[in-house]
Amino acid sequence: MIKVVKSGMLTTVQDLGRFGYQKHGVIASGVMDPEAHRIANLLVGNNSNSPTLEITLVGPELEFQEDALISICGGNSSPMIDGSPVGLWRPIYIKAGSELRFGNIKEGCRSYLAVAGGYAVPEIMNSTSTYLRAGIGGYEGRALQKNDLLSTLEMSEFSSSMLKELKEYAGNVNWKAMDWYVATEFIPKHADSNQIRVMKGREFDWFTKESQTALVSEAFSVDTKSDRMGYRLKGVPLKTANKQNMISEAVAFGTVQVPSEGNPIVLLADRQTTGGYPKIAQVASVDLPKMAQLKPGEKIKFTMISHEDAQQLFLERERLIQQLAQGIKLKYR
Amino acid sequence: MNLEYSPLGDQAVIIQIGHAINELTHKRVQQITLILENSQFDWFIEYVPAFTTVTVFYDPVKVSELSSDSSILPYDWVCKELSSLLTNLRDTESVQARTVEIPVCYEEEFAPDLEFVAQTNNLHPEEVIDIHSKGQYLVYMIGFAPGFPYIGGMDEQIAAPRRENPRERIPEGSVGIAGNQTGVYPIETPGGWQLIGRTPLELFRPQDTPPSLLNAGDRIKFIPISKADYEKYKEGEHD
Repeated sequence: MIKVVKSGMLTTVQDLGRFGYQKHGVIASGVMDPEAHRIANLLVGNNSNSPTLEITLVGPELEFQEDALISICGGNSSPMIDGSPVGLWRPIYIKAGSELRFGNIKEGCRSYLAVAGGYAVPEIMNSTSTYLRAGIGGYEGRALQKNDLLSTLEMSEFSSSMLKELKEYAGNVNWKAMDWYVATEFIPKHADSNQIRVMKGREFDWFTKESQTALVSEAFSVDTKSDRMGYRLKGVPLKTANKQNMISEAVAFGTVQVPSEGNPIVLLADRQTTGGYPKIAQVASVDLPKMAQLKPGEKIKFTMISHEDAQQLFLERERLIQQLAQGIKLKYR
Repeated sequence: MNLEYSPLGDQAVIIQIGHAINELTHKRVQQITLILENSQFDWFIEYVPAFTTVTVFYDPVKVSELSSDSSILPYDWVCKELSSLLTNLRDTESVQARTVEIPVCYEEEFAPDLEFVAQTNNLHPEEVIDIHSKGQYLVYMIGFAPGFPYIGGMDEQIAAPRRENPRERIPEGSVGIAGNQTGVYPIETPGGWQLIGRTPLELFRPQDTPPSLLNAGDRIKFIPISKADYEKYKEGEHD
């Protein structure tokens, strides 16, 4: 059992999303940063769709009531076990009775906490993701609260051998991290996180030449009204050349749509299934993790790439993650 | 039938079936979704039908594993698969539509904007109810919120603009009007439609398969009910 001592600002259970139900209007939900979530799971021997805790800006305080193997990936929210700082992007043994606490977020916006075996929450429509507005999924359909108790499922043999090794190293100490961590190419450098690659959206040509140019030449800042549904951006207002009648159709994670007042909205994990505003651009999937780690107030610049390049970059990234998964497995064969 | 394909990002393709909202285009959308529903592909994630489009979400990694030629872009490969799947589409093929009856209580406490809709159209509230409940309706698509139906076919005589200030909370089951569309809010959400009644039916049923009472293609009938019937219905649902 893991007891929630303090909930943090917004801590929810998420997996890779609820697929197959968007035709019924059910939003996909799921993690904002799929890459950090997947790597966190790989590091503790889970499959990549196991639920993790998505921790936003101000992290929770959690009391581990039994020994566990955990990992924390994504934004650096200064995790500490019993007061001493622990590293991200690596497997960590935590002893029963210890407390994991998060401090100030130093880099990024959200971290992912995986536990070997995964959190035991019911699946609704094939997913454990929390969908707050409908009150379904995750932990009772809501964000975590003080005194919630999270139980975990039985871990794989692979995970328990990792846990055993770390426990031996730890001796009498309350926790121990592996001395290795994932290759630095997976760890985002937030210095370059303000460059986001996009492709042209379906209605790109509807926009004035000035707006098309402004999209890639001007900086935009993330408005404080942003949430898991979308990032509202502020900058030069983007305008369509003519008032055209848009018929609602599907939108995707990373769709950049522009309502009539001209401030673009980047649709994220909790996006609605369909949208009726013109789509000027689409964030390349390979840069969605970067996008999801932006904090309100931060500035971004879009660069345009081709649809073909976006797919190639995505496939290359996926190959790297597969190699990482293989590498972790080989360590414990 | 002439289908156009274009990408929605790097993991989805939009199939454009027509360019205007009408029953013929809707029928074609239905035919395509039926074919997709009955097909199984490893690369397929899900589809989202809308008024004039069907969007297919796919897994580019699966595609690159399946395609023997690595120089072919996953998007092009998926478009080819889809177009060969959809070549045999005939305009004559029809999809069976079902009719769903939706009981609606039009009493004042559930209908804060009924008076406004009536005044806008120089009608009595009773006439608005009469026209609304006698209409022939078609669910064009489900979107915006879980189970939210975009219902077409409403009589222009009771059309009304959206509220200037959207309500922060619209109660579950509220029946609304926006322009010449009508719809039902399945869960409590903010919204700007003019509210003229409420149904005791649950449109979003997360524990059921499928989780939405209504589907695109359904014909709808609104059945006026009294407050007492509304209450009775609500109680029955929670037995």
